[in-house]
Amino acid sequence: MNFNIPFMSYRRVATISSLVLLVLSIGSLSFKGLNLGLDFSGGTLIEVSYEQAADLADIRDLVFTNGFDDFQVVNFGSNSDVLIKVADKNGNSQIGDVVFKFLQAADPAIELKRIEFVGPQIGTELRDQGGLGMLVALGMILLYVAFRFQYKFALGAVAALAHDVVIIFGLFSLFSWDFDLTVLAALLAVIGYSLNDTIVVSDRIRENFRGERGYEPEEIVNKSINQTLSRTLITSLTTLLVLLALFFFGGDMIRGFSQALIIGVLIGTYSSIYVVANMLLGLSITQDDLAIPEPEGAEFDDMP
Amino acid sequence: MNRFSPLTHAFIVLVLSIGILYSLPNLYPAKPAIQVAYTDSSKSADQRLLSDVEQILTSNSILVESVGLKENNIVAKFSSFDDQLAAKAALQKNLLDQAIVALNLEPSTPQWLRDIGGGPLKLGLDLSGGVHFLLEVDIENALDNRLESLLNEYRKKFRDDRIGVESSTKDDTVLTFAFVSDEDYNKAIRAFNEDNITAVGTSLYDLQLNSIRNIVSLKYSQSAIKEIRDYAVGQNLMTLRNRVNELGVSEPIVQRQGSSRIVVQLPGVQDTTAAKKIIGKTANLEFRLEAAPTASRLRKEEFSYQDERMGSAYLEKKIIVAGERVTNANSGFDESGFAQVNITLDMQGGRAMQKATNGNIGRRLGVLFVEQKNKSTLVIDDAGNEVIEQTSYIEKRIISLATVQAVLGTNFRITGVGSPQEASELALLLRAGALAAPMKFVEERTVGPSLGKENIQLGVRSIIMGLLSVIAFMFFYYRWFGLAANIALFANVVLITGFMSLLGATLTLPGIAGIVLTIGMAVDANVLIFSRIREELKEGKDPQTAIQEGFSRAFVTIVDANVTTLIASIVLYAIGTGPVKGFAITLSIGILTSMFTAILGTRAIVNLMYGNKNIKELRV
Repeated sequence: MNFNIPFMSYRRVATISSLVLLVLSIGSLSFKGLNLGLDFSGGTLIEVSYEQAADLADIRDLVFTNGFDDFQVVNFGSNSDVLIKVADKNGNSQIGDVVFKFLQAADPAIELKRIEFVGPQIGTELRDQGGLGMLVALGMILLYVAFRFQYKFALGAVAALAHDVVIIFGLFSLFSWDFDLTVLAALLAVIGYSLNDTIVVSDRIRENFRGERGYEPEEIVNKSINQTLSRTLITSLTTLLVLLALFFFGGDMIRGFSQALIIGVLIGTYSSIYVVANMLLGLSITQDDLAIPEPEGAEFDDMP
Repeated sequence: MNRFSPLTHAFIVLVLSIGILYSLPNLYPAKPAIQVAYTDSSKSADQRLLSDVEQILTSNSILVESVGLKENNIVAKFSSFDDQLAAKAALQKNLLDQAIVALNLEPSTPQWLRDIGGGPLKLGLDLSGGVHFLLEVDIENALDNRLESLLNEYRKKFRDDRIGVESSTKDDTVLTFAFVSDEDYNKAIRAFNEDNITAVGTSLYDLQLNSIRNIVSLKYSQSAIKEIRDYAVGQNLMTLRNRVNELGVSEPIVQRQGSSRIVVQLPGVQDTTAAKKIIGKTANLEFRLEAAPTASRLRKEEFSYQDERMGSAYLEKKIIVAGERVTNANSGFDESGFAQVNITLDMQGGRAMQKATNGNIGRRLGVLFVEQKNKSTLVIDDAGNEVIEQTSYIEKRIISLATVQAVLGTNFRITGVGSPQEASELALLLRAGALAAPMKFVEERTVGPSLGKENIQLGVRSIIMGLLSVIAFMFFYYRWFGLAANIALFANVVLITGFMSLLGATLTLPGIAGIVLTIGMAVDANVLIFSRIREELKEGKDPQTAIQEGFSRAFVTIVDANVTTLIASIVLYAIGTGPVKGFAITLSIGILTSMFTAILGTRAIVNLMYGNKNIKELRV
């Protein structure tokens, strides 16, 4: 495939749409917040399976009459599967057994699929650890890219990652999707994936800057993006294929995970084209920035 | 051109064969099995139990594939799940409380594979079903109790030594004594020094002196807190292991996590309430004097010894001190080299012991081990079926009966306890009777067996669907090169399975998701290489040079791109728990194996297809 799309002419449009998305995301995050899953909020979750379609209103009444007031009852996967979430600040680990007992008393045919109890301090800890992990990952990647490329690339790469992560957070907040530990895992995988893309594009930009003299930076960036475009699209496509397989066939327990990754792959592909290139041009990258040939490159040349 | 040296070929073949070899055990299905162990965890299964089991199985005419001793258990394998269930019912009915009978799945890995350390993938709880508990040991409480008893100890000591104390307080973690005069202050410091508590710094306490205001403050040093924490967690860990053994679960996990938490994982257990009851139950101790032969029946009770050969003895009904007063117990040697057990009680326990032993020198002091136990009996239910009914009861047995040599206080010892090994067992029992610090459940995850099976099916289905769609796409888009990439992709899945089995890593549902994701991302390396080859061809290079250049120029990019993903997955491993760790492991292994297969593997296949040949036209 031969591409010659003037990507960089649409820089302004891209910058504006990125900014709009970021503002929306941050706005939603600060006003609406995330719909934290059990891992982070703490509490108890009970999943039971009924023989026929379950009457959620009945179950709600039953839970309420048994003295719980802060709880949610929803279908999970099918209309005979029910998920009950009970919030409890005191960390009472018995709630799951209690709830299952009275549900079973009302309908002996139900089957227990899972009970999860997360104490309040564990929730807080996982939240802190997750946030910290995210920052550590970004920091380490910044260092690696700065070491392998140049600090302008590193800034571009991390800006792209932050852009992706914030927008995914924003979408989860906007649509009130459950944000749990697997979604956090997906986010870190998105960081890895998006970076993968970013590095391939950056690598080509670096190569073209070194190899071809007498072009405007904008032309070189544009050329590099076009050269790597078919690869970018194919890889996104194969990754999306497996993620769709996970989304449709993997079951409800990892739906949030595949959802986050699907969005991440789409946004990551976009950001590796626009955010990185925009940052590089914004920081006015020149040929002199990349003039010194790195010994690593020469060393690897003879390898397969 | 474009040929690998024999050495490179040998390396590829070597890695692939290791991968294939260690993924083989996953092809042998697990066999339904039953584990039988003595209820008494100190007794390991023997020939007698083995012949009992064999005899019960034959008399009930249940087909069994093999029965044998394995570690401390008897393991019987069956060819069908019906046989397994029938055998469990028959064994339980006949053995009742003598033994624990647990359902189990035994891997049917052939011996030669087991000899080289092969085994099937371990399944996480989200795939196998079972319970996961995270318990937190309340160290604060343990420290608080110890400080409280230390405060009382010194209050008493200063009173006895007539040292004038103006005030003595415990404020959070600090004990503060204010003395009446300089003389009292100096005497007190001497008293502290005698106990090895000095201002210069000891391993146990930090002492702060204020000679102007005659104030001494005392608190545990950092190393002492660490030591107490390790002791409390270690002791709870041991107690939990004993209790979990009673549940008769195959392959339970009881592990320390972090500084003060304990993870308990019980694969296959479905009744969490019962499991929690057993885990949360406490064994206890009672110290009682031996009853005088003339004592009335109303004042004495007969107890049998823990060691049944020793018969029984009469103890007084009055309990001097119970287990919660024991703060420490360990074994050691007396002056003449005989084994002994040293016991430390808290202040209140010491006082009670002193009162009880004063005037009773020469009598014998008994230590009773109190345990809550379950008893199974065969009963006929309303429908006329034989069912096993479980009732719990309390059992008290004598673990030691020794002559009182002197008036006892907070610290005393029991001598004449037999061999050093017996002494350390007694110390262990004494400690087990007194939980060092209370524990609470901070996290609990139960996965029903049906959900586990469902998760495996869903996971396998998404791997197959993902793999098929990527393989189809690659073949239609790149034709022969795509075929090479597909073979490499398939090899990659085999390598991931092989290396995960070899490393003993646990497969979880997010772990399966990681494998699926790796499948999608692994072809990226090949796509990079192939795009590069196309470009080289377009620039007019001949096919052989284009292949050569394509592989070598894409290499740096591939390494850079993968290292960064590896960084993200390592961080994920560090912060994640359970299932998420599983994702990080499969992702990391997948990145490493995919680099191997995509770069070396694909190159080898492409070389075999095109190397050393005169190609006029190359279609990529």
